[in-house]
Amino acid sequence: MAESKSLRVAYGEALAEIGAEHKEVVVLDADLAHATMTAIFADKYPERFYNMGIAEANLMCAASGFAYSGLTPFVSTFAMFGAGRAYEMIRNSISYCNLNVKLGFSHSGLCVGEDGGSHQSIEDIALMRVLPGMTILVPCDSIEMKKAVRASLDIPGPVYIRVARPVVDSFTNPEDEFIPGKANILREGSDVAIIATGLMVTEALEAAEKLSKEGVSASVVNMHTIKPLDEKCVLEMAEKCGAIVTAEEHSIIGGLGSAVAETLAGKSAAPFIRVGIQDKFGKSGKPSELFCEYGLTGSNIADQCKKAIAQKK
Amino acid sequence: MSTTNYRRIATERRKELLNMIYEAKTGHTGGALSSTDILVALHYGIMNIKPSEPKWADRDRFVLSKGHSVEGYLCILADLGFFPKAELMTFSKYGSRLIGHPTNKVPGIEICSGALGHGLPAAVGMALGAKKSGRAYKTYVLMGDGELAEGSVWEGAMAAANYELDNLTAIIDRNGLQISGSTEDVMKLEQLKAKWEAFGWQVFEADGHDIEGLISLMKSFPQTNGKPHMIIANTTKGKGVSFMENVAKWHHGVPSDEQLAQALADLDKTEVGK
Repeated sequence: MAESKSLRVAYGEALAEIGAEHKEVVVLDADLAHATMTAIFADKYPERFYNMGIAEANLMCAASGFAYSGLTPFVSTFAMFGAGRAYEMIRNSISYCNLNVKLGFSHSGLCVGEDGGSHQSIEDIALMRVLPGMTILVPCDSIEMKKAVRASLDIPGPVYIRVARPVVDSFTNPEDEFIPGKANILREGSDVAIIATGLMVTEALEAAEKLSKEGVSASVVNMHTIKPLDEKCVLEMAEKCGAIVTAEEHSIIGGLGSAVAETLAGKSAAPFIRVGIQDKFGKSGKPSELFCEYGLTGSNIADQCKKAIAQKK
Repeated sequence: MSTTNYRRIATERRKELLNMIYEAKTGHTGGALSSTDILVALHYGIMNIKPSEPKWADRDRFVLSKGHSVEGYLCILADLGFFPKAELMTFSKYGSRLIGHPTNKVPGIEICSGALGHGLPAAVGMALGAKKSGRAYKTYVLMGDGELAEGSVWEGAMAAANYELDNLTAIIDRNGLQISGSTEDVMKLEQLKAKWEAFGWQVFEADGHDIEGLISLMKSFPQTNGKPHMIIANTTKGKGVSFMENVAKWHHGVPSDEQLAQALADLDKTEVGK
């Protein structure tokens, strides 16, 4: 049976695992260690854990100071206050200097649920994506989360790891390679390609299953790296399937959908639809209720696939 | 080294930075002149650095948080031999690595800085990094007084006290002026000493143009009392040039031919400093 685990727990466990081998790793948090789950690392390596208080500007700049000192800081807080509030600190004190700082921000997207729109970060990928040299990883299950944290260590420079909050069933293959910048094709089809990231990957697989019952053959791509984007895969999918649907738990502006659109522009005339948050703020509710309202479901992805296919010339 | 030598060094750096700004036709002249003596005290009298080995692991760290005052800093690094002096004349020109704010592409510069309010928190990370790595180096950061309106400065102030960073020294270039006027008119800072003391720092007030005084003060700091050190260095914006002193509009300004000649003559006439 597939293991069920929250991605943030997987993140915290991954930090503790790499902490054993990598003495240069330190972890900084803004007093949310039991929410971001960096507490798992803190319990094991208290001497390498720093609670910097509810002060995100200081958190990011202090991380840069650690990096200048030759250490490898992993910085965690909620995506809203990391990517959002401390944006300019990340830009000027981390990204501009291409520092080896890893940003693992949790509670991204609508799945924060009952905390409501003020805490639902639907723009963090967009904010991080415009920063030159920033790598963006969006793992879809706990198996992939552990691979992503490990892979981030080998990337010399800033990396943003988007850490979702919910418990999800693991479905990726532990044996599959995780190469930043190289998409994993989970299902080969010929009528439409669904390019999904993070929590939307399982919804994409569900959509493909539903479509197959209706005689529609869909590819499913797990785009775990938003930057650098696997443009080759996107263009090959457009060529092979002739229609593309992206799916993300993020605004359709600036995230995966935008990155794919920028890749396709001028190179492919394939019909293209973005599933994601349609330029609105979030609201309070159970994640499942919100996913239904905002169309972040396998069923909506399947509907959009049919629309895209119908637009083929 | 005698007092006279420090004063001469500072005068020469002031003349160089004015020539550099004149050549570049851009520069933050007033703040560069107010901070020169503090930078000289640190780089010639206090910090353990090796110009032949800029990345020496045990070097003391310096962060110019008021990065717009980069001109004097660059002149000092060139004089110490971190890079050739001739390069100063490329300042701010297309393709030069000497740009309007510090970048770590320049040998001797630790960190990209100048986005105000970043320097103290970054220095906190460096000082914590030293403690974590068991290294004895010290971290110094120079802030502007106008910069203290940034909330991140006070986040860093709390963190430094919380983590008992007695290996950290912050200096405020307290020239009393920011771009649009007096700091007390724009966003009142006083009681500044009491504020830092309340944040858990060991605070000293000093004449920011008394180089020997600054050096002996910093040499006297206890390194094991668990408190970060703050020097409120009282300075004069535009120090050493009669028509620039205490004039807010020289925050950013380029001297004309006549003004440059007068400024250099002013500096020759009276070597500034106590």
